[in-house]
Order: sequence, then structure tokens, then C-alpha cells
Amino acid sequence: MKKEVLYEIKAIYRDDFRVTGYTFGEGEKALCIVGSMRGNENRQLYCCSRLVARLKQLEEEGRLIPGKQILVIPCANPYSINTKKRFWCTDNTDINRMFPGYALGETTQRIAAGVFDVIKGWQYGIQFASFYMPGTFVPHIRMMDTGYQDTELACEFGLPYVVVQKPRPFDTATLNYNWQIWGTHAFSLYTTNTARVDEESALQAENAVLSFMARRRLINHHPHGGYRSEVIRSADFVSVRATCSGFLQCLVKPGQRVGQDTLLARILDPYEGCVRAELRAPVPGVIAFAGDEPMVYENTAVLKLIREET
Amino acid sequence: MIEIVTQVGLPVDERLCIKKNRLRPADGGNGRRISIITGIHGDELEGQYVCWRVQQRISEHPKCLRGTVDVYPAMNPFGIDSVTRGIPAFDLDMNRIFPGSVDGDMNEYIAAQIIGDISGSDLALDIHASNIYLTEIPQIRINEISAQRLVPLAQKANVDFVWVHGASTVLESTLAYSLNSWGVDTLVVEMGVGMRITRAYGEQLTDGIFSLMRELGIWTGEAQTTHTPIVSRNPDEVEFLNAPVSGVFVKSVSHGALLMPGDEIGLIVDPLRGEVLDRVVSPCEGWLFTVREYPMVDQGSLMARILKGHMEEAARKGGAAQ
Repeated sequence: MKKEVLYEIKAIYRDDFRVTGYTFGEGEKALCIVGSMRGNENRQLYCCSRLVARLKQLEEEGRLIPGKQILVIPCANPYSINTKKRFWCTDNTDINRMFPGYALGETTQRIAAGVFDVIKGWQYGIQFASFYMPGTFVPHIRMMDTGYQDTELACEFGLPYVVVQKPRPFDTATLNYNWQIWGTHAFSLYTTNTARVDEESALQAENAVLSFMARRRLINHHPHGGYRSEVIRSADFVSVRATCSGFLQCLVKPGQRVGQDTLLARILDPYEGCVRAELRAPVPGVIAFAGDEPMVYENTAVLKLIREET
Repeated sequence: MIEIVTQVGLPVDERLCIKKNRLRPADGGNGRRISIITGIHGDELEGQYVCWRVQQRISEHPKCLRGTVDVYPAMNPFGIDSVTRGIPAFDLDMNRIFPGSVDGDMNEYIAAQIIGDISGSDLALDIHASNIYLTEIPQIRINEISAQRLVPLAQKANVDFVWVHGASTVLESTLAYSLNSWGVDTLVVEMGVGMRITRAYGEQLTDGIFSLMRELGIWTGEAQTTHTPIVSRNPDEVEFLNAPVSGVFVKSVSHGALLMPGDEIGLIVDPLRGEVLDRVVSPCEGWLFTVREYPMVDQGSLMARILKGHMEEAARKGGAAQ
């Protein structure tokens, strides 16, 4: 294992900003893994730290395939993690909206450029990503529909779903999109939530990445059985929206199968405790996402279903 | 007449309302319509003054109003109320969610309703104030794909600068891009600085709005313009200066200055060690139309934008050599 600083900015009052990478093995740039890029992505960082520990162990046991290099960047934005700000502390810009970056541009453009300079051109790229809405996801791999995506490869993680998403204008500045454009097979890995760390979810992420590495012949490891992934398009998610605002009482969990008209959630009046609205399944399906904020705004998609044919 | 453009219920005893004031003659007017929009970014307040002044001046000469003037002063009331650039509860830049969707979440729904309400205007102005970090000369920014239609209008808006910039996929989520692609001519104004009101700039743009209203047949009263903009259609004419080091920026010149190569724009200093870390100088001859206002800078922070190749026009505007 080689630990090195990949990108650095001198600061005036804080310690210098550093992006640190861990390299395992030598040779072909086979797999790059990126963890948190936002200040609330604790789970993403935790998953990477576990992978660093596992890869170190595998290296010591001689189970890395010779001629293949693996790079793990647990955190591309330690400043925001340390100050518990989601985006860049000074100007609230999002590093994951700055790729491929610009080395002579503004600070987060420079960070994106500095990191991308190191991680572009790798054969495979995995990002531990987060969703902008607070809640819990069914584990899945998400890929941008750039025409370069390879969903069969994504199935090798053994997660229940592979979601293909048509890029919106602002997605064109994300790492996943740019990785693909620059020739990397890019995968965004989503397991449960963003800010909270839970062992079960971390273990699932670790097993998924190790299984992918084993199937791609990067490590000697018995792949975890996992799932036969189902490939779906993000446009096929069926959203269940809050018909009014109030306390959200969610009655289902991601992965749960529900029949049409099943009661999924209630919205409660925050003053009088009565039920303002009931949210029911518009179709039979599997819960893909469940919001977990105590308060919900009108029109917010508090649940997403993957439609199941009856 | 105050109208509610759209509204949604909030969790606890409150409704989020986007409001506008519609001004038109008693007879309903000639069907021509201008929309004056501001407050998409909650930290940009220069447009507040303009919304107020436009209505004041109309009320002084109501008979001169022939068409409809819609004033939207607060597209992002949460942001304005909480001194926040984006939409606070969502940490979302409102100017990256257009055209929205009536089937989308609360913000997308609001964005779609706003677009629907503005749609049908003959002209829209989306007034911004850069941000809290930069001070700007009154200017209009135009995406190159709309330049042919919009530059002639922008030239009548009494601003000092019209900047035709390159197309960017990311910018396709802005209000102006959406409106322009829907056929509503929309000018994006940038002037002054975030969290402040620059009265002179507000008056200047207000004059420009009356000039445009007169052009559109909405206003028959006085409409004087005193500023002719420099128009830059070549992106290579704009020089960007970014901070080479982190530190505290102490400005030496004001925006609008005429610069020669080597002229000092400011110093980046280290108050802990009492040192000068960098002397920020102009790399070229040009007109300083953007300058850093907020003193704290990170390595890479934008310090200035300089327009090259228009020195004579800039000098006629009163730009002072350093």
C-alpha cells in the first residue's frame, strides 16, 4: 500500500487542504474508487476506509493480481467533512458539479481538475455517491446514459438493481458522467443513506466492490453470491408524492414488496396529530427509496417504487 | 394588483407564496407585457431597488402606461428571508432547476409554475447581483445562441457592458435559458454586489427598463438612457484572474478602472505573519468590469475579470487609468 497526497492547496488559517490516495499493486490502472466529495457523505468515507483496510490485508496475503493497480481516494473534500458543511466551505460550490475541472479556474474547479487528472483514464471507476434527498435507498449501481455505459459490467457488483439515468444538464459536470466520457467504465454505488454509518450497509458495499474486483480478476477472492441485478431506467421509478406538508410517518422500508393500494405512509398534522393524508401504492412494486426526514414538504417524492408486473 | 403566482403548504402553519405585482392601465392595455424578475438567489438584493423604483415611476405617470408590467421581486422567498443564496431547506441553487416540472418536487413544481406565469411576456429581465464575492459593472450577459435576438435589446437597457458568452450545458437549467428557449426574450442583468443595494446602479437600470418599455410600446413617457454598452462577442476578450494563493485580499482599484499591464489590482496578505503573499496585477491592457469584493480568498478564487481591446470605449465611459 502506498499512501500519497494527490492534490494540495495551501490555506491561510486552516491546515492545508489535501486529497489523499491509497494505491495497491502496480501496473495497469485498473480500478479507481472515490469516496466522499460532500461534507455529509460520512457513509461513503466509512465504506472507503473499510476497503482500504481490506485491500491492505489482501495485499499482505498476496491476493492482488499482479500488473493491476487499484487506487482508493476515501475523501476528495476533507474541509467540508471537518466543518460539517455539505459543499465547499467558502462559496458553497459542489465539487461533484465541477468535473472535468479547470486547473486555472476557481477553487473547486481546480480541486476537480487536480483529482480528475489523477483518476481519468482508469479502466473502472467506482464512486460512493449520495442522493440529494434525505432517505434510504435500495442498494443499487447507478450509471449515466451516455451511450458508453455497460450495464452487464454493473451487474457484476451483485446488487439488486442497476439504474440507468438520462443525464440532466447539471449531470454533465459530475464525476460519473465525465469518467464515462473519458473512457472509464463508471459506476455510482448507492447503499442506504448518506450521513449515517451503519455496519450492515457498509458490509454490503464492501462485498459488492470486492465481488466486482474478483469477477474482473483484480483480486483473488471468492465473490459474494449477491443478487442477479435487474437493470431499470430511473424514468421507470414511480414516485409517491406528499399531497400535503406535515410530519411523515413512513410505514415501509426499501426492498419491501407492496401490492397496489398498500398504505405506505401517513402525513400527520404537526399541531393536532391527526392524519392529514395517507399515501398508498399506485402500482404493485418494490420500495426503492423511502424518505426519512421527520417533516415533509408538499409535492416531495417521499417514496419511489420499482413497478412490478402482475 | 398583487397576485399569487404559485403556492404550497409548509409543514407548520405557513404557506410558501411566490407573488407578483401586475401593473396595467385601467383599459387592460395593448397586450404588450414585460416581466421584471429578481430574487432567484436570496443573497442578491440589487433587483429589490429596481422593482420598487419601476413601480414608483409608473405611479407618478400612470397615463403613460400602455401595456402590462409584471414585477416578481422574490422568486426565492426562503433564500431572501434567511440570507441564503440557494433554497435553504434543500441546499439547492434555484437557477439550476428550470424549467422545473409540475410533477416534480416542491421546488421543481414552483419553477414550472413560475415559467408558466412568465410565459407570454414580450420581454423578461432576470436581475442578479453576481454574488457576495464580486462587484460588477452593470451588464447584461447573453448566451451566444441567443445573441442575434438579444444583443439589440440589451443595447437599449442603459447598461455599461453586454457580454456574449459561450454556451454551456450546465446553464441550460437557468430561468433565462428556459425562457429564451420557450420564445420569451430574456435578458440576464448582473450588477453591483450581493447583500447590498447600489442605488446608482438601480437608477441606471430603471432608466434602461423604461427605455425598453418604450421600445416595446408599453410606456409612452420619458425614458432617457445615458449609457451605451460596450458589446463583447468574443469570449477571448475576457481575461479571468484567479488567486494564486489563499489569504486576505486588499483591493487597490475599483471596478471600472482602466488597467495597463502590471497595474496593481490589490494585494493578498497574510495577517498572521504580517506578510504580502501576492501582488495581484493586470496581465493585460483592459477594463476591470468585475473585481473581488469579499476579502477572504482561497487559492483559485476569482479576483477579477478584465475586458481587453475596448480601451477607447471604456475611457469614454469614464474609466480612469491607474
